[in-house]
Amino acid sequence: MMRDDLIEIAYLVAAFCFILGLRWLSSPRTARKGNLVAALGMLIAIVATLVDGRVVGYMWIAIAAFVGGSIGALVARRVQMTAMPQLVALLNGLGGGAAALIAISEYHVAGAAGEERLGAVIAVSVMFSTIVGSISFAGSLVAFGKLQELLPGRPITWPAQKLINGLGAVVVLGLAAYASFNIYDPLLWLAAVLALLLGVSAVLPIGGADMPVVIAFLNACTGLAAAATGFALGNSLLIIAGVLVGASGTLLTQLMSKAMNRSVASVLFGAFGGGGGSGSGVSASGEALPVFEISASDLAAQLVYARRVMIVPGYGLAVAQAQHPVRELADLLIERGVTVAFAIHPVAGRMPGHMNVLLAEADLPYDQLLEMEEANPDFPQTDIVLVIGANDVVNPAARDDENSPLYGMPILEVDNAENVIVFKRSMASGFAGVENMLFHDPKTRMLFGDARKSLTQLVQDVQAV
Amino acid sequence: MSLITELVILVLAAWVGIEVISKVPQMLHTPLMSGTNAIHGVVIVGAILVLGAAAGGTVETICGIVAVAFGAANVVGGFVVTDRMLQMFRRRPEPPKENEG
Repeated sequence: MMRDDLIEIAYLVAAFCFILGLRWLSSPRTARKGNLVAALGMLIAIVATLVDGRVVGYMWIAIAAFVGGSIGALVARRVQMTAMPQLVALLNGLGGGAAALIAISEYHVAGAAGEERLGAVIAVSVMFSTIVGSISFAGSLVAFGKLQELLPGRPITWPAQKLINGLGAVVVLGLAAYASFNIYDPLLWLAAVLALLLGVSAVLPIGGADMPVVIAFLNACTGLAAAATGFALGNSLLIIAGVLVGASGTLLTQLMSKAMNRSVASVLFGAFGGGGGSGSGVSASGEALPVFEISASDLAAQLVYARRVMIVPGYGLAVAQAQHPVRELADLLIERGVTVAFAIHPVAGRMPGHMNVLLAEADLPYDQLLEMEEANPDFPQTDIVLVIGANDVVNPAARDDENSPLYGMPILEVDNAENVIVFKRSMASGFAGVENMLFHDPKTRMLFGDARKSLTQLVQDVQAV
Repeated sequence: MSLITELVILVLAAWVGIEVISKVPQMLHTPLMSGTNAIHGVVIVGAILVLGAAAGGTVETICGIVAVAFGAANVVGGFVVTDRMLQMFRRRPEPPKENEG
């Protein structure tokens, strides 16, 4: 039929827009355009679907789309850049929930149409979409709760957790298998509800530090659930878009877990991160280790006469809202002829690339930001490294101490620089609860206090030098 | 659409996805995530098909309404927030002038 062909062509154009949009995300210069092209593709896809012959009622679509769209726009405009991981988790959950609901509806529609059972392909995709979509919905909401600090960030565990989750997964799969051989069976609802519980109990034991991996993983789940919905509806665009997202989420999951030196499995199934850990600066033999302090005015003088300064920002910088003062400091030093660069660890922040967004918000030009691989060879030629609100990602134990839980994690090797200055509120340990010997290194000086206040003071002192 | 056609689409899309996304620099991974997030909001297409179909009973209508609302929030929120982030990424405006006294 003529109209159906046109719709298919519109879907093809939409898929092309999505791919082009992602392609343009490979450079910050074209990235914004890429996002707009992807959005245009989405608009084309939605319009094409609205003229589909099967769609006859528009009232509910209009109301639901208006309500959902307005809330989405409102939240997206208001959200703070530091809260980006929460928003991504939330939106991701909504997508997963939508995929599950569509699959459940398909199941009911087939039943109402008097079919005795679903075809094998449709049955498998409906079940996959229902289960994975539900897990993604509930898991994302728990991740949202943890990141928004509505739930405790530490791992929440209970006895025989893995066993219970494993049994739950088996029961869900059994119910889904049963439902796919029957039609219009309310047991699918039970499977969906259990899948929701499974999503909750799978993410609760994961600590706040591992959230970047979890969000990327759930992103992949929602993508695959959307692709499965495409199989159930026989819709090519849903398959393409879903798989694109699935690929992206999978790549990011691997990348993040590599940067944290954890296997994906150990993040998802082993509670860790944000655990206890006193970190009181005590050596193995129990004696207190030395800590050397520096004042802002002394540091200001050193900085002005340095040739190369590298700044290592961690999430603590964002927590202290110190992005603007740090940019001011960098600008001042550059004016004085000092070479200043920022070294960004892949897991600085609460999601992949988060720190770059936070610094971009403070008007820091992106060509001043170095990735870990670019920054590490530079440290031996660097006079002063300023470590601001970062801890585990500069911990030399990850390289040197085989007994450290961090061992093997790629780090920014700041201890290769001439001098290291650590901005820190107190001597508390990092997210992983691991002692950091960098703080006791003879070439390290500590600048205690709130990062924002310290940096503001430092800016004034540099101006005075 | 036959299963084979769908599988061909699946495999090719996965390949293209991996190729394209592995070229996105770390710097842009947050916008990548929120952008792909918006793209999976394409489930709204499925939600519209479910909700708009004539045979819609109560279950389908309720599921469909919620799914369309979720999908719309996902799509609009995702693209808007990605745009907000990307507009902040700027290069150093001009090479700094050497007019220090």
